[in-house]
Amino acid sequence: MAQDFRLPGRGRIDRKKPIAFTFNGRTVGGYEGDTLASALLASGIRLMGRSFKYHRPRGVLTHGADEPNALFQVDRGTGRADPNNRATVVEAVAGLTVSSQNHWPSLEHDIGQVNDLVAPVLTAGFYYKTFMWPRSFWDKFYEPAIRAAAGLGVAPDAPDADRYVHRNTHCDVLVVGAGPAGLAAALAASEAGKRVILADEQAEMGGSLLADLTSTIDGKPASAFVAEALKTLAGRANVTLLSRTTAFGYYNHNHVVLTERVTDHLAAPDPKLPRERLWQVRAKEVVLATGAHERPLGFADNDRPGIMLADSVRTYVNRYAVAPGRRIVFATNGASAYRAAADAKAVGLDVTLVDLRPEAEIGPERALLSGIELLAGHTVVGSTGGKAVTGLIVAPLSGGSVGARRTLACDCVGMSGGWTPAVHLFSQSRGKLTFRTEIDAFVPGTSVQAERSAGACKGTYDLASILAEGWAAGADAAGAPSTRAFAATPATPTGFKAARVLPTDADPKNVRAFLDFQNDVTAKDIGLAVREGFESVEHVKRYTTNSMATDQGKTSNMAALGLVSEILAKDIPQVGTTTFRPPYTPVTFGAIVGTARGETFDPIRTAPVHEWAVKQGAKFENVSLWRRAWYFPKPGEDMHAAVARECRAVRESVGLLDASTLGKIEVVGPDAAEFMNRMYPNGWTKLEPGKCRYGLMLKEDGFIFDDGIVARMAPDRFHVTTSTGGAPRVMAHMEDYLQTEWPDLDVFLTSITEEWGVIAVQGPRAREVIAPFVTGIDLSPQAFPQMTVREGEILGVPTRLMRVSFTGELGFEINVPADFTQAVWEALFGYGQRFGITPYGTEAMHVLRAERGFIIVGQETDGTVTPDDVGLSGMVSKAKKDFVGKRSLARPDMARADRKQLVGLLSADGRTVLEEGAQIVADTRQALPMTMLGHVTSSYLSPTLNHPIALAVVSGGRARMGETLFVTTPAGFTAVKVVAPVFLDPEGKRVEGLVEGGVHA
Amino acid sequence: MLLVPCPYCGPRPEVEFRCGGEAHIARPADPDALDDAAWAEYLFARTSPKGLHAERWLHAHGCGRWFNALRNTVSDAFITTYEMGQPRPDIAGDR
Repeated sequence: MAQDFRLPGRGRIDRKKPIAFTFNGRTVGGYEGDTLASALLASGIRLMGRSFKYHRPRGVLTHGADEPNALFQVDRGTGRADPNNRATVVEAVAGLTVSSQNHWPSLEHDIGQVNDLVAPVLTAGFYYKTFMWPRSFWDKFYEPAIRAAAGLGVAPDAPDADRYVHRNTHCDVLVVGAGPAGLAAALAASEAGKRVILADEQAEMGGSLLADLTSTIDGKPASAFVAEALKTLAGRANVTLLSRTTAFGYYNHNHVVLTERVTDHLAAPDPKLPRERLWQVRAKEVVLATGAHERPLGFADNDRPGIMLADSVRTYVNRYAVAPGRRIVFATNGASAYRAAADAKAVGLDVTLVDLRPEAEIGPERALLSGIELLAGHTVVGSTGGKAVTGLIVAPLSGGSVGARRTLACDCVGMSGGWTPAVHLFSQSRGKLTFRTEIDAFVPGTSVQAERSAGACKGTYDLASILAEGWAAGADAAGAPSTRAFAATPATPTGFKAARVLPTDADPKNVRAFLDFQNDVTAKDIGLAVREGFESVEHVKRYTTNSMATDQGKTSNMAALGLVSEILAKDIPQVGTTTFRPPYTPVTFGAIVGTARGETFDPIRTAPVHEWAVKQGAKFENVSLWRRAWYFPKPGEDMHAAVARECRAVRESVGLLDASTLGKIEVVGPDAAEFMNRMYPNGWTKLEPGKCRYGLMLKEDGFIFDDGIVARMAPDRFHVTTSTGGAPRVMAHMEDYLQTEWPDLDVFLTSITEEWGVIAVQGPRAREVIAPFVTGIDLSPQAFPQMTVREGEILGVPTRLMRVSFTGELGFEINVPADFTQAVWEALFGYGQRFGITPYGTEAMHVLRAERGFIIVGQETDGTVTPDDVGLSGMVSKAKKDFVGKRSLARPDMARADRKQLVGLLSADGRTVLEEGAQIVADTRQALPMTMLGHVTSSYLSPTLNHPIALAVVSGGRARMGETLFVTTPAGFTAVKVVAPVFLDPEGKRVEGLVEGGVHA
Repeated sequence: MLLVPCPYCGPRPEVEFRCGGEAHIARPADPDALDDAAWAEYLFARTSPKGLHAERWLHAHGCGRWFNALRNTVSDAFITTYEMGQPRPDIAGDR
């Protein structure tokens, strides 16, 4: 399309670099330096979207981060599409595919526009009031219908094809914003050699100076000042300049998070570059120079395409060389719009200015209007037009009454309701805001962190003052206070008279003056909310949804606040402001996630025999950060068949398990036994070196925390094992007591989990499998009984060989240095072929231990289970005076007969495998809600017994042996018989390996 | 993210640490001498003050050592740190 509205010979676009992109299928031209918004305006496209609720036609309102209307779906190719991009900040890049949002079938013809006709009923709280009744309609009808109609844009459905990275950095001074205040601050701060980061969200640094063609600073044009300042800063090695970088979050202790858009502005980016960088900055001092946002004026139909902010008109004209219209009416209650009007007039546009203030209140800005018609003391009561504004309806004000209406024909309106300092980051830093009546705005008050604000974000609007304030802030932040005066001419006109909704002669019921353009909240909605009793601004915000859209109310927050205060007749400071929270502007999920996705989502720990298991085709499961072999299916086997085969192999011959993931802690020192005595309920003093003991660990509240086998290697040395997932917390728990309660104990704790690989060899043939490889250890049952440990060698490698069993079978756990584990494993596997040796995974391990009734911490226990609850009161020493958890076990609650106790459950039908977590009741005919007695903790089909088995915790369970209870299943209740929680070999004979032939329960 | 001043390593980001809750709650020398209410008080009752708070911190992903810190729970400012076993420094008010 022809760029009919492009102005000749000006602007910061590069006319030697034309680009083209498509908007709703049409090709749109522009130049490097354009945003999507400026390029569309250059081609005369004003209609850029439909509003959220009423589907009203909307155009661009702003020229920056505060844009509520022009939100686009931007498509850069597969996996590179996302919604809700602000047209005012996305740089126009060759080849982009851009479309508008929230309309069907098209932007020009949108069926949703019917909402606008029924607007009188779609008032604040409409959803809350309407969809209350009948209740049954909510899930099936209201919610799906609302969800289908709601939402802007389309969420991407392909995986994000881009890469995102994180950077951590430190600096002495972080300056946020590179407008006049930020540039001056960075110059001052970097002079003394401090490390300075200057971050600015825009493609080009300079802020408001980029659109200022009339001001001179120290005798030079503003643009020359910017160029020189940036050249100076770039030449200083201690300065980092980050453009296209938004500081979006200000957290504790001067932790500021920035997001840098690295490649979005490049048509063919280097594939080595990430799309965005997230900078985590820890700054000694921060200077906030974040500027201010202009406010719209509240009048009827103030949202038609072509109606925008006055300073945006100025920016499009001066920076982007685009005329947003040919006949422009400015409407204002302050002086800043006069500069915009003068600049528009200077490029030959037809300009009229309407000022709410009477002639007498207009200051020196009057002189800027040479050749421009001024309607002073006029209000705006409406606009005309449909998909574009065609006129602004104004009327004179005298003595509080509205005079005769007059329509000013126009194709663009530049409105200014004053300025709102961007205090977002200051407020996020927990600084306290203070209200300045004369500028009708909250400004930074009391600082909490090491930061200071300068310039427009502090309510300073005069250019010379902004520069001086910026310099002083930068120097102060660098710890070298100094001042510098800047000569800026002409003086910035700053006259202003606060106005909420403009006076009108229309029936207030029929006036829709939009405050929040994105969420379609009108002044009328705010009034209704207050009348209905919502007086807190936080409540008004949520009830009306004002400032809750993706722009977070940058253009609407103050207007709503002022209106609430006016209706309640309270001062604004009394009404207060809503809370500013990160992020300042939307941040991509990619930037937050960084490289933590796919294979690098979480660290993966693999056991020493992992690669072997992979080659064997094992299926794996995640156990904390570990990948553990779950089962080893043979061709054609499903999980059930594989687990059954693995279990049978262990019961009948021999199996191999990689148990290396068990947590291992060495407790060493002269006081090691005393420390163990205090940490565990068992007694350790009498445990002779060479012997093992099951250790049950409690927390101080008396509940089971972890468990594992402990081997005493020497009088002063214990080899403690923990559960796989529990290793770090057990170590931390021990370390906490050692360092903070008993620093007098001479004990060292060392994590040896990664040092020792563990191979569990389990089954009647276990001894025969290991015998040929073990040297220096007598393996005979008499010399090496159950629950003992021996040191020797296996395959010439040092081993701590334990005779222990988690399966109920004869078994050994071979501890060998991790690097040798696979070699030992392969030797055992090769030799064991003659016995049909079978590798088994965690699933078979679970089934085998459940058959034998061994608990798993975290499965049978949930942090409210005592040793007695799981039938292990024998582990608790009666003789010891004290240990962690002892006093709590003496509480009356711990001895109640109705505590949930570990039992076994057998399905009455002999077939149903219960669901883990299923609830248990005694009587299925009782009234609702039923009394639940407990729940199923483990449940399997036992391959050994060929029927289902389950472990459960049941209230007073040990007194219920033989009772029939009922367990919930997806098909209803099923009957179960309560039995002892041991299904196989209750006498424990099998660990001696003496059982011949078949298996009997 | 807080910047936590480890007395052994210097200021480090919060992710390296674990906060162990209120400091100066010593485990009773003879737990059996406490009645249930007093034991429950030791186990569960914490002051949770607004303002200065003496806390235990562990530099878990650093030197691995526990230390005490005085932190202002309103401003999150760390006023001082001190060794385990030392009494709470006599500091009043905010920073």
